[in-house]
Amino acid sequence: MSVSVKKWFKDGDPWIWINAGAVAISMIMVFGLLALIASRGLVHFWAHDVMQAELHGNDGQVRIIAGELVESEEVLAEQLRDAGYVIPDDAEYMQRDLMKLGNRDVYGGDFRWVLDDALKNRSYPEDIMTIERREWGNFYGFIDSIKENGNVVATGSESWPELTKRIERALEIHEEIHNIEKVEIGAINNGMERLRLKQRRLELDNQATPENLLAIEEARAELDAEYKVLQDQLVVLYGEIGRDKLIARTVEGTMVDIDLSKIVRAFQPNAMSLGEKIVFYFEKIVEFISDDPREANTEGGIFPAIYGTVLMVLLMSIIVTPLGVIAAVYIREYAHQGALTRVIRIAVNNLAGVPSIVYGVFGLGFFIYFVGSGIDQALFPEALPSPTFGTGGLLWASITLAILTLPVVIVATEEGLARIPRSMREGSLALGATKAETLWRVVLPMASPAMMTGMILAIARAAGEVAPLMLVGVVKLAPSLPLDGNYPYLHLDQKFMHLGFHIYDVGFQSPNVEAARPLVYATSLLLVIVIALLNLTAVSIRNRLREKYKALEM
Amino acid sequence: MNDSSVSKAPDLDFDSPRLVRYRKQRNFKDHAARYSIAMGGISVIVAITLIFFYLLYEVAPLFESASAEAVAEYPIPAKELGSTLYIATEEQGEKGFRLAEDGTVVFFNTTDGSEHSRVALPVPEGAKITNIASANPASQILAAAFDNGQVLIFKHSYKLSYPNDVRVISPFVEFPYGEEPITLDEEGSSIRRVSIAITEDALILVGVNSNNNLLGTRFSKEENFLSGEITLEPETLDLPFLSFAPEYVVVEPGMRWVFVGTKAGQIEVIDLFDNMINSTVKLKGKDNRILGMELLLGGSSVLVTESAGAVSQWFMVRDDNNQYTFEQVRRFEHQQGTISALSIEHRRKGFAVADAKGGLALMNSTANSTSLEIDVTDQPIVHVALSPRSDFAIMQTADGNMLWWELHNEHPEISFSALWGKVWYEGYQEPEYIWQSSAANNDFEPKYSLSPLAFGTLKAAFYAMLVATPLAICGALYTAYFMSPSLRRKVKPSIELMEALPTVILGFLAGLFFAPYMEANLPGVFAVLIICPIAILAFGYAWANLPASIRHRIPEGWDPALLIPVLILAGWGALEMSPVIEALMFDGDMRKWLTYEAGIDFDQRNALVVGAAMGFAVIPTIFSITEDAVFSVPKHLTYGSLALGATQWQTMTRVILPTASPGIFSAVMIGMGRAVGETMIVLMATGNTPIMDMNIFEGMRTLSANIAVEMPESEVGSTHYRILFLAAFVLFLFTFVVNTFAEWVRQRLRSRYSVI
Repeated sequence: MSVSVKKWFKDGDPWIWINAGAVAISMIMVFGLLALIASRGLVHFWAHDVMQAELHGNDGQVRIIAGELVESEEVLAEQLRDAGYVIPDDAEYMQRDLMKLGNRDVYGGDFRWVLDDALKNRSYPEDIMTIERREWGNFYGFIDSIKENGNVVATGSESWPELTKRIERALEIHEEIHNIEKVEIGAINNGMERLRLKQRRLELDNQATPENLLAIEEARAELDAEYKVLQDQLVVLYGEIGRDKLIARTVEGTMVDIDLSKIVRAFQPNAMSLGEKIVFYFEKIVEFISDDPREANTEGGIFPAIYGTVLMVLLMSIIVTPLGVIAAVYIREYAHQGALTRVIRIAVNNLAGVPSIVYGVFGLGFFIYFVGSGIDQALFPEALPSPTFGTGGLLWASITLAILTLPVVIVATEEGLARIPRSMREGSLALGATKAETLWRVVLPMASPAMMTGMILAIARAAGEVAPLMLVGVVKLAPSLPLDGNYPYLHLDQKFMHLGFHIYDVGFQSPNVEAARPLVYATSLLLVIVIALLNLTAVSIRNRLREKYKALEM
Repeated sequence: MNDSSVSKAPDLDFDSPRLVRYRKQRNFKDHAARYSIAMGGISVIVAITLIFFYLLYEVAPLFESASAEAVAEYPIPAKELGSTLYIATEEQGEKGFRLAEDGTVVFFNTTDGSEHSRVALPVPEGAKITNIASANPASQILAAAFDNGQVLIFKHSYKLSYPNDVRVISPFVEFPYGEEPITLDEEGSSIRRVSIAITEDALILVGVNSNNNLLGTRFSKEENFLSGEITLEPETLDLPFLSFAPEYVVVEPGMRWVFVGTKAGQIEVIDLFDNMINSTVKLKGKDNRILGMELLLGGSSVLVTESAGAVSQWFMVRDDNNQYTFEQVRRFEHQQGTISALSIEHRRKGFAVADAKGGLALMNSTANSTSLEIDVTDQPIVHVALSPRSDFAIMQTADGNMLWWELHNEHPEISFSALWGKVWYEGYQEPEYIWQSSAANNDFEPKYSLSPLAFGTLKAAFYAMLVATPLAICGALYTAYFMSPSLRRKVKPSIELMEALPTVILGFLAGLFFAPYMEANLPGVFAVLIICPIAILAFGYAWANLPASIRHRIPEGWDPALLIPVLILAGWGALEMSPVIEALMFDGDMRKWLTYEAGIDFDQRNALVVGAAMGFAVIPTIFSITEDAVFSVPKHLTYGSLALGATQWQTMTRVILPTASPGIFSAVMIGMGRAVGETMIVLMATGNTPIMDMNIFEGMRTLSANIAVEMPESEVGSTHYRILFLAAFVLFLFTFVVNTFAEWVRQRLRSRYSVI
């Protein structure tokens, strides 16, 4: 049975197919995007093999290079000829590879495009090592020798176990130094700053009597003494961490001195078994989630960004949930259901469609410059002219996002309230309960999943929002976490890091975009996973709720 | 039957004190809840509306008209020293400066006219001051010309100190180039007019002597790096001989042009590069004479006071051949009285004029507007000077009084035409729409045209809608009407997930993945657009011709699942073909071909990228609302249509679409609202250059991205800050109105269904 084209068109079937195609394209876009982020983000943690090869240059020069193969692409031979490459005449397309060569301190750059054909004699030597450093990016090369206080203690590739042992020791000392510098000295600095403000406050209040000043001076002397002790400890630790030095050799034979204190991790990817690589993979993921960023955010972890995002979202939900629920209860249960209420409902609904940047502008103008400056004048005059709340910070960011997500909570809660059958309310009232009791004992418990949905949707929206945050307190690198061990523990006035902004900043403002890209994909993946989980939870709660009330309506 | 139970009800007292108390308590709680919830609810709603009012509150000062009020009036300080040659005030508006005709500088308190101190200038023996010129008011450097051919350069300075936290301003006179007057006319004849311009490393003096000769000397400054002392190396300018009597002379700080005016209303421009007359112009209007010539802030525009009751602004306009002509750019009418004095603002492109009838007017060149016109006195005003912050004006009347007025003129550079119209900015060939809010130098003319930003916003939204609307509406039609319920249950959450994807991720992918990919595979991307629909149709037709046994294996309404592999294959094939197409049709490089052959500029981050990325963000919004609208079309309508023999597609176009069209319309509106306000995608996926060009291969800057880029750096309360608020307000209003309209349409749709 065959259908003629004419009839097929007359029935309108082509249009139905086109419509189906639109659905298919949308699906491909969604899942293709997720797959793209996942594939790019997940390879970031893998221990890539390091390839060593001869690079034959145009002029017949041969260089030995070693590095990770990042990606390959086909290019027109014509373009390459124009760029000055010597290419066989019959070739139309050439494969070009992006190699991560590392050794930025030696070569000047990390990455290099090379012609696939120009790489000859490829090999994967077992003893080549990848060293992740705190500065200058990765190093690829071989061990030449290890020096302790300038004396050679091990040489050649046999010294690998010695190297790992010593790196471990250096990492331990580094951890200790980090602890002293960040936590203990941080606490002292915090104390000093508070003393300074206290003194300034006394001066402003004309209370700077000698006794008061003496007390401050004593406290300061105490902190100074503590600081001295820590400083001495640091000197010792720095001496110890600087003990060992690795003399490494690049594939070309250049010798490079690397202080072990500057090494984060060293491994020999070509010698690793699959099992070891998998373990390594998960170690890297843990590092990514729990570590501080390094090298202008392009390496290391994103812990502060996760921490800032979570804290900000938590604060926001603490603010937005009660407000949203109260507003929804008022509109649905108490307000006179007239034209005005309808207008309010539409207005609230539409606020959800107002661009988020507008909320950012409002937050900056109203909260920071108006309210914040007022608070500074009234409560923190001692810190002026440096602002306390008169500049972007955690509190203002949370409040701004709370206002942004308020419509989401209101709409979801209202919907939940509307779904509760009248009979439930009437039953309660008929039994003699007051309206407040009905609300508290019957209506709100039944609507709680709806509120939950609203809150989750609000959190999902807030977690992904970046534009307003750029104006109200997100920074690329915050010196300390907004919640830490120093008084007053929760630093509402502090600027913080955020996952979404991290993506924007590292992807677009970073000096070494090529090196940062895998990390941005990994960050995106994390953010997408969090938001997708939140949304799916909200959707499933909503669906279960619907089923539940369907049963009630029977 | 137990009688006792009927006759004897249990003895319940509902009014026992305890129960009464309990009831009261419950009642109280009920009321408390009612009022506190009402309070809370109302205050939340009020807080939300606060956004609107706060934005308005920040924007409103832009459109407030200027005002002025008298603060003090007093006789001229140190009147006995003779008439005034020049007046000025310092930064804080606390101290005034008056140069009397005998060469004495008098500093006085502006609020009461009491004399603070006086300094006698080192006037050469027997010489008299003939003319005074200001380099530019902000520099506070003045040049006094004498009747012996010499010129003295001096500066009125003010030292601020805070003894005991009280501000004390001590004025004094400085001689940055030495106390010795500079000889401009070697022959020693009187200098009638003088003009001075100063730059970092040079100084130029141009004057007219009593023989009507034009004299000029350029000095290069040389700083002794040991003592820090500045010495001047003079170089006499060989100025052309003029055939007329020059009355006004102005030299600009670019040290290229000298503008010479005659009483008769003629202006000659002399090019100092070749010492030739560049152009000669005449004021428009019969008997229109020149009353004064002055440079506007920055020194590129000349303000010419005309006897016809106007101030006209002129500057050198460069044409495509690098030739300069002197052109009148705009004109400010002032008909109240003959303009008798003019003072330019120190930090803005504005000026004040005073007239012979005692009127004062504030004008701004960029906005081409007069922001204030008031009568200050009934006496002619002979001198006027604006304070450096333009918040005060000091005026001297013909009857020997000083007037000290406070001005409120915060944002004169804003007018409707400055925001939305074409403006002829300094240094441009013609009026243009330009957004350029800041530059490195202070005397820069800010260009606050919102037109390119609004254009960019609409352009981005247009391309996004171009991508999103067909996909979303077609997809929604299929999902709501044709799709099998089990597949629909999977598709809808996926689309909701699409909506939840943070736009920063979309922007990042668009900017760093899609933009370079598209640049490399441009023909492939276009090929996808052509090949995919063809593939769908071909597959559909092929499917229709397959034996029923195969077709029936797939349940009805699963077509999209079948199409996914087809489309992936087609898309992949199209992209693979990209180099081939490129080699065949575009000489191997479509980008180059576009630029050189087609003459189309190409940016890597362009409207196409934005359209795709923002389209992606808008699809779910349009999709879900359209889907709702189509799905809620009553089933009996469609069944009726099908029962009457209409095909599925006929039912769709003739029954469902008309019924659901208001819903679809509102979906598109809401989607557009989202596209207009989206920030991160445009910020990351375009170059953010504020250009007005519909070219799909060029970028744009949108209102929202502009706010994100410039807001953190703008100074609180400045015009720039308020304009950014205005942009936010426009966005707010636009989306709010669009959404409300869409919502209203939707509500109407709903009530229509309830009738059906």
